[in-house]
Amino acid sequence: MKKQPDERGYFGDFGGRFVPETLMVPLEQLETTWLKAGKDRNFRNRLKELLERFVGRPTPLYPARRLAATLGGAQIWFKREDLCHTGSHKINNAVGQALLAREMEKHRVIAETGAGQHGVAVATAAALLGLDCRIYMGSEDMRRQESNVRRMQWLGAEVVAVESGSRTLKDAINEALRDWVTNVRTTHYILGSVLGPHPYPAMIRNFQSVIGTEAFSQIREATRSLPDLVVACVGGGSNAAGIFSAFVPFDQVRLVGVEAGGRGPAPGEHAARFTEDGKPGILHGTLTRVLQNSDGQILGTHSVSAGLDYPAVGPEHADWEAKGRVSYVRISDDEAIAAFKLLARTEGIVPALESAHAIAYALQVAPAMPLNARILVNLSGRGDKDMDEVARLDGAS
Amino acid sequence: MNRIQQIFKKARGENRAAFIPYITAGDPSLQRTSEIIEALERAGADIIELGVPFSDPIADGPTNQKAAERALASGTSLKGVLDLVTDLRTRSDIPIVLFTYANPVLQFGLEAFGSAAAASGIDGILFTDVPTEELPRFSPALAAAEIDPILLVTPTSDKARIKAASKAGSGFIYLVSRTGVTGAQRRLDPELKPLIAQVRKASKLPVAVGFGISDSDQVRQVALWADGVVVGSAIVNQVASLGDSDELAPAIENFVRPLAKACNR
Repeated sequence: MKKQPDERGYFGDFGGRFVPETLMVPLEQLETTWLKAGKDRNFRNRLKELLERFVGRPTPLYPARRLAATLGGAQIWFKREDLCHTGSHKINNAVGQALLAREMEKHRVIAETGAGQHGVAVATAAALLGLDCRIYMGSEDMRRQESNVRRMQWLGAEVVAVESGSRTLKDAINEALRDWVTNVRTTHYILGSVLGPHPYPAMIRNFQSVIGTEAFSQIREATRSLPDLVVACVGGGSNAAGIFSAFVPFDQVRLVGVEAGGRGPAPGEHAARFTEDGKPGILHGTLTRVLQNSDGQILGTHSVSAGLDYPAVGPEHADWEAKGRVSYVRISDDEAIAAFKLLARTEGIVPALESAHAIAYALQVAPAMPLNARILVNLSGRGDKDMDEVARLDGAS
Repeated sequence: MNRIQQIFKKARGENRAAFIPYITAGDPSLQRTSEIIEALERAGADIIELGVPFSDPIADGPTNQKAAERALASGTSLKGVLDLVTDLRTRSDIPIVLFTYANPVLQFGLEAFGSAAAASGIDGILFTDVPTEELPRFSPALAAAEIDPILLVTPTSDKARIKAASKAGSGFIYLVSRTGVTGAQRRLDPELKPLIAQVRKASKLPVAVGFGISDSDQVRQVALWADGVVVGSAIVNQVASLGDSDELAPAIENFVRPLAKACNR
């Protein structure tokens, strides 16, 4: 699986580089710089040092014993990416790409953000490395993740409200791409998930693979074996790709990606790409599974979690699904919120609403699994950002 | 010699650049689009660049984004655009180049698109988000339908890329005048003249220049250096301000006539 993608950026039938011509030479430059950095001892040491001393890696692997006891089934282990500096796994990729921006002598970085976690991570990395930073965020997302907007501003980033389309993550990416096409000579676009044109999906998966590499050896050390099941939420799919990548070669490990089931199966009410309306299509530079109508227009999405509220999925996930290596399931808004609350009370951990989708799936399957079975859940972020939104939804119900 | 080749030959013979206006199909409605195309032809257009609306137009500035929103709101689909051209062909032979994002065509089905486009009388197609490397997916269907793939080159394209685009493309090559999205601008990039010269040297195809060319002075200037001049957002702005009215087509005709005239050298 390490050979993926091919030299044109395809994972099986998915991937590629569908962008305006203006971006082709910059993408080639990015690919060259990234491949060179991977072989450069100085770059690797610098990244390793930042991941340890700044991000706080390795993150712990934590056995959720009270939660498992409540359910009366399989053991549940959390990979604690919520304990990363800035509160989610997004910082792993942001630091890596910010270092690459410096290698390319680009002094300005831009990014899109949905939940605000990637925006905060990029604003943080930009402050750390002295880069100018602009973050695009849908105005609907700015409303529901207000505290992250303030964090980005304190970190010195300019946050631009995107008012077009559905005013969420998809539209923020549109606007970031337009900025990049315009300012490409001075600017690097730090895309936040395993999306977009080659080399982004492979590059971001590699920056995030530190999650899987650590979890693999941690769970082997703790349990003397591999997990039976690995679960992660999938918006674009970066935390999932990061943890799955280490386990993909081991067929005995079942891998499950959890999509946002939202309010139900009607078009516009969810963000589940591995359903009837999620057909192969081209969005944001890559050929992948995309929620669209029969005219090829992109459908609106809904999820209680801004980070999963997106109509396409990373091309490597589309390939994993096509090959049957990873299964994708849906968790509704209500199930995710229930898991969010249960985890807070039983383990003293408030998860991000995104991660709560993965936890909710573990809650569903754990009781039917034997006591010695092990579920590994990627707890990709913490829920501080979601306090106001969950309180608002509680008030409304 | 196809219609696109003929028109560039004719313009060259008349010592002028070809004038290529852009409009978004279905803005404000497909019926009005049909009237506008005929008005553009009367005003001196040589080729029509016809935008297929897409929900997520990453290569477009605010003017064309809003036009796409209006077109989608009026119910425009790729099928509707092809039907419009079929109908238009009963009255006009003006070359028509579709300006589109890849996804609506992919979703239509490549073979189905090729035969439908050929039957309707489309002459060329320009994908905003399909660079030379990804064209082979679409080429067989386009070749079977004898539709010219028009490739874009930009200020960031190196010599190898310009050569590859001019080899893979046909009809003409579209030079994007600046790094950026579509939309009007006050001044032309001072690097534009040498850039056009560089592309003309590397390519045997006629070179049309677009993005940000919005008034007669700019058209006159670019017409001295290039084989074709594209004006888009400036016309789309007119369509937006006039809206769905019987005055729309005549007003566009009056607005465009001096722009077409400015192509004379």
